Amino acid sequence: MARYRRFLLPAVLILLAVLLPFIDAALGTDALFTAITIAIFVMLALGLNIVVGFAGLLDLGFVAFYALGAYVVGWFASTHFNGVSFSLGSTATSLSGEAPDGIHISFWILLLLAGVFSAVCGMIIGFPTLRLRGDYLAIVTLGFGEIIPRFFQNGDNLNGFNLTNGTIGIKAIDSPGFPFLPDSLDTWQRFSTLDLNPWYYTILAMVLVTIYVNVRLQNSRLGRAWISVREDETAAAAMGINPVTTKLWAYALGALFGGFAGAFYGAFIKNIFPDAFSFNISILILCMVVLGGMGNIYGVILGAIALQGINFYLLPQLSTVVHAIGDAVGSAALSDVDLARYNFFIFGVVLVLMMLLRPEGIIPNRQRQEELRDDDPGTGDAMGGGARA
Amino acid sequence: MTTGGVAKSRSEALLESVRNSGWDTRIAVVIAAVVVVLLLVQAVQEPAQFASQLVIGITNGAIIALIALGYTLVYGIIELINFAHGDNFMIGSFVGITVLSGTFLGLDFFAPITGSGGVLINIFGVLFALVVAMAACGLIGVGIERVAYKPLRNSPRLAVLITAIGMSFILQNIGLIWKGPAQVPFPELISSANILPSEAVIFRWKDLFVIAVTVPLLVGLSYFISSTRQGKAMRAVAQDKEAASMMGINVNRTISITFLLGGILAGASGVMYGLFNGISVFNVGFTQGLFAFTAAVLGGIGNLSGAVVGGFLIGIIGSMADQYIGVRWTSIVIFAVLILVLVFRPRGLLGDRSAVQGGGE
Repeated sequence: MARYRRFLLPAVLILLAVLLPFIDAALGTDALFTAITIAIFVMLALGLNIVVGFAGLLDLGFVAFYALGAYVVGWFASTHFNGVSFSLGSTATSLSGEAPDGIHISFWILLLLAGVFSAVCGMIIGFPTLRLRGDYLAIVTLGFGEIIPRFFQNGDNLNGFNLTNGTIGIKAIDSPGFPFLPDSLDTWQRFSTLDLNPWYYTILAMVLVTIYVNVRLQNSRLGRAWISVREDETAAAAMGINPVTTKLWAYALGALFGGFAGAFYGAFIKNIFPDAFSFNISILILCMVVLGGMGNIYGVILGAIALQGINFYLLPQLSTVVHAIGDAVGSAALSDVDLARYNFFIFGVVLVLMMLLRPEGIIPNRQRQEELRDDDPGTGDAMGGGARA
Repeated sequence: MTTGGVAKSRSEALLESVRNSGWDTRIAVVIAAVVVVLLLVQAVQEPAQFASQLVIGITNGAIIALIALGYTLVYGIIELINFAHGDNFMIGSFVGITVLSGTFLGLDFFAPITGSGGVLINIFGVLFALVVAMAACGLIGVGIERVAYKPLRNSPRLAVLITAIGMSFILQNIGLIWKGPAQVPFPELISSANILPSEAVIFRWKDLFVIAVTVPLLVGLSYFISSTRQGKAMRAVAQDKEAASMMGINVNRTISITFLLGGILAGASGVMYGLFNGISVFNVGFTQGLFAFTAAVLGGIGNLSGAVVGGFLIGIIGSMADQYIGVRWTSIVIFAVLILVLVFRPRGLLGDRSAVQGGGE
């Protein structure tokens, strides 16, 4: 019995997550949309956790992979490329019954494609940067994270070719679905905006797979290689670990999950535009990882839920409170203030306070805790290694 | 005879260094040469336009160089990329416009300076705004160091970097709360009229103003670092913190002064940016800060003359990209420069830290 006890808490949490739509319907809280958005960010945070938490490489441009995943779905599951007409297992149909304009590929294929494409891009971005010192590497990733959304923004006229449709972005992305299912399951045939249950269960399955992969990675040969490279690259290399491939795997796997999350986001939101992929999102995801606890899977999930909870529930609630106070005092400035606009002020404070008071996060990874609390500067950086190789 | 011998050994040394260079260096040199040749072709075809664009590049470069110095000073001393520095620059421009408006915290100190009150009032207003912004940004820089960086002196470097990013967001949101999300207009205190008699090449009073403020600041900084006791202490701390403290140098005070200097330069730069471009906005610090960081890296981070050279180069690259590639590609071009420099020559053009450390590599 005792050996099953450690599965008890995860099992209860998973059961709660599975039952959430029913609880939500029973209580009438209408929280599914929020839950799906939070789940997307849980996936992103778990992806970044591989890079920052496990491998100790600070990535300030993680939003790039999110954007790439979303644009892959945008390109291949919408009418964007209206010069061609190609369909493959898609839910998209045209009114006339002919094949619809544009490329329409099944979401499930695109999901994999987006992940792989992001992972390859992650390796391409990662490869030249790996010989850099930790903080330089962070700035290079920031540069890439800025270039990619700006490229999407300017990509509506590449020698006359409209690749990304500029600031307007790609609209009317196809819904995922299983067209072969019987008609009695019509909400699963083609996911609609009216019934969010299929969306919720899809992202829940994706999150669970991500968590499973993360848990398995943590104690794998690769996971232990990440820890050793993070703590002392030279010693790790002397022990026969190839630091370059180890770090590249971290980039690729992190980007893979970023791409998955982006693909789902693109299909779910249906309209993607470059402004949705700003530097702020990179920092928001980083904030989740730092707050929850770098390297701790449960901590990171908690961090993502907590920060998105602040975004969706606490700030609007606080705004109404402040508005009420403003009305009572008669201060126009207070009664019109929109606290949600200043959410990044709070995230900035969270980053600073966490680093000052509890750098290991709410639920620390014990090993990271030791590294972050290590006051001896002679042992090199716990994050990102010492000198340039 | 002797000159011939020197020339011969020089060419030999050049050949030697070419032979020893790696492929990435050679490719970089070839690409840079191609870009320069393409620009020269443009310069020959339309010299006036090229010259005007060069002037704009130099002016923007001066503004960037002043910010870049703040990055490089701090990096030279404590090896931290002070991410909040760009936002300190933004706060500087906001302090400048607040001083010019004459109103602070609901109190009217004097009538707003809008440019209609005559030349003397304009000059006084600009100088006053510069001084107040420099003081404010210097104090903000020192305050941030005290509150956020000092307790983490012995922490992993990336922990401090994350704190710096947090401070950057805090400052940016202070700007947002203070002036709102819209662009803040600056009064037209300095004429945009052309100084030069010919209409072809444009060199405005604004450009002259930026140069006239930047040069004394650079000279003053250079004098401070090279010739004062405190500057000597800064160089010593940059070289070896422990040894410096053993020699009786107050390391904490020296670090504070470094942040003070960086903040002062950022404040001046912020006010000039506002007056030069006519606007400022709460998130201007992010892009300008990244441009300036690129400049610092391009010149060799920690190297003061490198930051100035890098600043002017980035300014010129930016204005050339504006003209010949397209304004909306400029930031991509500069970020690409940042990545290429960091990947292929992280030491930068002039080598890192040599100026502050008082010697070559």
